[in-house]
Parts: sequence; C-alpha cells; structure tokens
Amino acid sequence: MNRLPRWLLVALAIGPAAGLLVFFAWPFVTLAVEAVNASSVGDTLGRASTWEVLWFTAWQAVVSTIATIVIGLAPAYVLARFDFRGRTVLVGLLTAMFVLPTVVMGAAFLALLPDSLDRTVWAVLGAHVVFNLAVVVRVVGSLWGHLPTDMEAAAATLGASRWQVATQISLPLVRPAVTAAATIVFLFTFTSYGVIRILGAPGTRTIEVEVWRRATQLGDIGGAAVLALLQLAVLVGLVWWSGVAQRRHAQAIGLLPVAARRRPRRGGERRIVGVVAGATLVVAATPLVALVVRSFATPTGWSTAAWTGLGRAEIRPGIRTGVDPVDATFNSLVNAAWATAIAVVIGALASLAIVAAGRAGRALDGGLMLPLATSAVTIGFGMLITFDTDPVDWRASWWLVPVGHALIAVPFVVRTCVAVLRSVDPAMTNAAATLGASPTRAWLATIVPFLWRPLAAGGALAAAISLGEFGATSLLSRSGGETMPIAIEQLLGRTGSVLQAQGFVLATLLAATTVILVVVVERFQSPPTRRSRP
Amino acid sequence: MNDHPGLDVRNVTVTFEAPRARVNHVLDGVSLSVEAGHVVALLGPSGSGKSTLLRVIAGIVVPDDGRVFVHGVDVTELPTHRRGVGMVFQDNQLFPHLSVLENVAFGPKMAGAPRSERTERASRWLRRVGLAGFDDRRVTDLSGGEAKRVALARTLAAEPVVVLLDEPLTGLDRELHDQLAVDLAAMLRDARATALLVTHDHDEADTIADRTVQLADL
Repeated sequence: MNRLPRWLLVALAIGPAAGLLVFFAWPFVTLAVEAVNASSVGDTLGRASTWEVLWFTAWQAVVSTIATIVIGLAPAYVLARFDFRGRTVLVGLLTAMFVLPTVVMGAAFLALLPDSLDRTVWAVLGAHVVFNLAVVVRVVGSLWGHLPTDMEAAAATLGASRWQVATQISLPLVRPAVTAAATIVFLFTFTSYGVIRILGAPGTRTIEVEVWRRATQLGDIGGAAVLALLQLAVLVGLVWWSGVAQRRHAQAIGLLPVAARRRPRRGGERRIVGVVAGATLVVAATPLVALVVRSFATPTGWSTAAWTGLGRAEIRPGIRTGVDPVDATFNSLVNAAWATAIAVVIGALASLAIVAAGRAGRALDGGLMLPLATSAVTIGFGMLITFDTDPVDWRASWWLVPVGHALIAVPFVVRTCVAVLRSVDPAMTNAAATLGASPTRAWLATIVPFLWRPLAAGGALAAAISLGEFGATSLLSRSGGETMPIAIEQLLGRTGSVLQAQGFVLATLLAATTVILVVVVERFQSPPTRRSRP
Repeated sequence: MNDHPGLDVRNVTVTFEAPRARVNHVLDGVSLSVEAGHVVALLGPSGSGKSTLLRVIAGIVVPDDGRVFVHGVDVTELPTHRRGVGMVFQDNQLFPHLSVLENVAFGPKMAGAPRSERTERASRWLRRVGLAGFDDRRVTDLSGGEAKRVALARTLAAEPVVVLLDEPLTGLDRELHDQLAVDLAAMLRDARATALLVTHDHDEADTIADRTVQLADL
C-alpha cells in the first residue's frame, strides 16, 4: 500500500499531542474535577443571571456571524478576483483588523462612537462585524481566488448572468469555505471577551466575561468552572458539526495553482470593484482613524502629551498610574516571538500528521481545535489552578504565557494549512508513486511543498494573536509582566482624560505593530504581481 | 436566419503584457468567417492562440482590437451569457456540485425553462450522447469519455447559435476518440449548428468539419 510509514506519522504527531496533553488536557481535567460538583452546578444553573448571560451570548453571536458573512462576501469576491491599485493595502488592512487585538478593537469603537452608543450592544455588534470581516475575506477569498475561472466562464456560455453564475456556481463551490468562515466568526463572537470588557455594559456579558468575573472578581471558582464547561459543550458541538459539513460539501475541484486575479474590465466591473473596495476601506479604516485621533484629544484641545508622557510612570508628580506602557510593550514582543515559534513548529507537524493519518489524524485535528473552543479565559484559568504546586509550579516561569498563546494560535495555523493540504489532488501523489517515488518521497514531493505558503500566513496570524491575546493573559500574567492589552484595558477603564488618552496611545501603538507585521508578511507571502493570462 | 455568416470575426488583436514590458501579440489582426450551419476546423500548433480566439468569440477574453459578429449582430460588447455562444472546454469544466442531469439541464435552466421541460431536454441529450441512465451520477465519478460526452450534451442542450469546441477530443484514447469524432460530427450536423472547432489533429478536422483553416493563414 502507498501509506506513509508509521514511524513518520508518530514522529509528526507526538509533539503536538504531548503539548496538548500537558498544557491543555491536564489543566482542563483539573478544572473539571476540582471545581465542578453538585453544589456548584446547582448554584450556577439555578441563578437567573446565568441564563441571561447564556441568552445574550448566543443571540449576539448568531447576529454577528450572519451580519459578518453577508457583508463580507462582496469584498471576499472582489479581493479574490481582481487586481486594482490599493488591493494589497486593503487586504493588509482587513487582515490587520482581524488580527488586531480585541482590546484594540474595543478601544477603537470606544473612540469612534458617541458617548450615547458607547457600552451598548450596538457597539459590541459593530465591533464584532468589522473585526471579523477579514475572516470571510481570507477564508472564502482564498478558495474563491483559486476556483477555476473557466468553470464560471462555462456557466456564462450556457447563458448564466453574472448573478446566476455567482448564486448557482461560485457560492455552492465556496460553500465549504463559507461554513469554515462562519464557524470561526461564531467561535470568536460566542467567546468574545476583550471587546466586551471594553465596550460591554452590565447587561451585555458573555459567558467568557462571566467566567473571568466569577473566577477573579467574585472568587467563585466552582461557578466559573461550570460556566466554562457549559461554553465548551456548545462550542465542541459546533466545531464537530462544522467539520462534518465541510467534509460533506467538499468538492474535488481542480484548483488553480495561482490565484487568477485580473484587472477589472468594462465599466460595470470597474464600478463594482470601486464601490466594494471603497466601502470596505471606509468600514475598516474609520475606527482606526478615530483611535489615533482620540490619542491626541484632551478636554482642552489637541495635544501630544499622552504620547510624550508614555515612558513616565508618573502622570503628575507623586501620582503613579501603576501601569508602565513601555515595559508592557517589551513584554508583549518577547511573548509574541516565542509563541509564534512554538505555534509554527507544532502547527506544521500537526497539519502534516492530520492530513496523512486518516482517523487518528481526525482525532488530533479535533483535539487541537479544543483550545479554540475552550476559550482563552478558560485556558488561562485552568493553567493557573494546575501549575501551582511543585514540581509543576510554573506560575512564575516566563514561558507560561507564550505557551498559553501558542495553544490559542495553533488551531489557526492548523486550519490554514490543512485546508490547503486537503485540496491537493491525491492523483499527484499517486503519479509520483508510479514514477518510482516511495510513499515518503512522494509525500515530500507532492504534499509538503504546499505547506510553506499557508504556514507563513498561519505564522503571521500566530504572532498577531499573541501580541493581542487578552483572555488567557488576564489570568496568567503576573504583576510586572503586564502585556500591552492588559495595560490598555487598565488605562481605558480608569477615569481621567490623560489616562484615557494614554490608553488610546498604547492601543494605537499595538495596532500599528500588528498592522506593520501583517503588511510585511502579506508582501513577503504574495508573489510579484503578475497579469493573469486569459 | 439571414444572409450573414453565422460567425464573423474581423481583425481581432489580443496582446498580453509579457514580462520585461515586451508586447506580445497572441492574435494579430485575425479575421475568420463561418457560414451559418457550417462546421469549420481551426488548426494550428499549440500556443498559437487558437484557444484565445475562441475565448474572444465567447466573450471571456476582451480583444484589444477587432469585432465579433454572430449572424450579423455585433456582439463584441455583449457579456458572454447574452451572446448565444456555447463552448465545450478542453477540460470540460463540469460543475462538480451538480449531478450529470443537472449539468446538462443548466443551460435550459438559465434560459428559464420550467423544470419538467429542462429535465426532459437534458435526458434527451444524455440519450443522444449515449449516456442514458447517467442522470443521477456525480460528474466527479465519470470516466474521461463520459465526462466529455456530458460536456458536449451540456453545451448542445443550451441550444447555442454558435458552438465553440476547444480541442474537445484531446486526451481520449484512439478508439474512443474516433468514435466520438463521428458522433460529434453527426450531432453538429443534426443541430445545424454553426461551429468552430479548434484542434491540432488533421484527421479529426476532416471527420468533423466542412472546411479546415490554418490559424497562421488568417
């Protein structure tokens, strides 16, 4: 049989599996066994506020997901199919929006909206949609750009109008990607934390915020654990369903090796591209502009005081903020470097193992998705109450935070890579075998070369996720080890225009770092622009 | 029908910007006329722009210069779906998410035919190409010859005014190729279609077409 040797599969899978067991499964079991019992379950489920939190969490996630998909399909299509001036910038901006830390997104909407809309459900929904547009653009767009354009041309020669081609050919073919995108958006909004911590009002608490509140503010470890498990049950069900749905609708399409983008022709096409690109730019850029503007705003007019005073721990003689923005920035960068390295290595090994290993691969796939479904706060919470006794008292270890970040980033690396690797036509591997390649050689020659590109994209996501990670960090970081997102939340949560402005400054800096990172990687990743040959 | 040729291509020029800014003429002032109801074979070596010419006629590629007329009507500015030009692609381009029958019924569906009629039409064409009973098959499970027959049926079921065939029989084994060439010739004649066949195979051209032209001569 043309199977990869077992030792290779084991070698690929062992690292990801071991990491998952130690840093995810064990803390999770600890959390479930130590904190959940009859009384904590009874108390939590008996409270009316629990059900209010559940209801709010569910409906805002559904509404956010539907709105994001509906709004995101147009830019996904335009960006996948057309070359136009500013395209790279727009793609970078949207990607940056997505990888923007949740607290930055919250801060941007706080800066944008008038006080009457601050801290309302509308602010939360708006932030969720803008935030997640890039998921639809990237996930759906990456498939859309590689669909054979001749298939759409074939439909047109059979009399299908542009609209009919879109609804009867293109959308059904990108359906697996739409399902994938909807799943990611739902997971993100269902477990929304940073945005709500900044923008939410008392009535707009998600389960995630409630877990944090119970664990750290009320000391109700049992209640927090019950809620965390409840959230997990919902999300595991969803991830499972999404996997099934994606496999069911997956088509063996002959994907194009290079995305077939071309310049818009004819007036109608140019108008569509112009309007969609323009509207997307406005939606994505306005909150960021507001963020920068507010970093210069004081009650007495424009000032650079918040920027120039950033390195000073004292805002007035003798008054300390207790938050050092410069230290926080340094901590964030070090964490991000380590988290990215870990996530890329683990993600690459895991993706190759998942695609090659059949049923065992699916188990690993499902296992690695669990941290995403479990939510950042729960991961931090579990690690906090597990690694607190010798010989595993790792709470003070510098690497605990990057490991937590990597756990959260690996699912993104894996999803990006597996989607591409699964689309590789198996006939190619068979062809290599018939040319005399052993299973391992055939695999190296036909599957592995497709890994690098999605891996680079996944690595960029991992870095950005680490920079902005707030949920796990808000439980794991220790005093003095504050990261930028922690500092931002602390600054924006305080009264006083100087502190607020400093919060906006730090959010701007974090946004800029993320944006630069993404633009650099996006450039590095995409080949030199080439006019597609018709 | 009027006195105009079924298909008339006048002075079509297509250039691609090649690397290092060298302008590359793929088609340079090509003119070609196909009498209504006739089948013309267009011969030429690969890479000579035969497929590009078909794409210009179908409206998939916009020419830099020149006009395309179908029965005397200038269709150069019309979008593909309003040209009445059907095309069999070299790699078929069957829709993987639709069944065999749904693929063939796609054209009638786009034309607004009611469900019963388009099913009936598609079934008839499937029988015509020798694939009776294939209705519910997945197109991804078809053999090369079967997929090619489905592609032919799909294009002809849409009843296009002009049929374009882009190396339709390339890649089939000899026996299948020869048999399909005969079938195809009969089908095009039955349909009284105006057709342009791109090929590099002289025998195939002689079997199917009324007339053969070399792209280099145009």
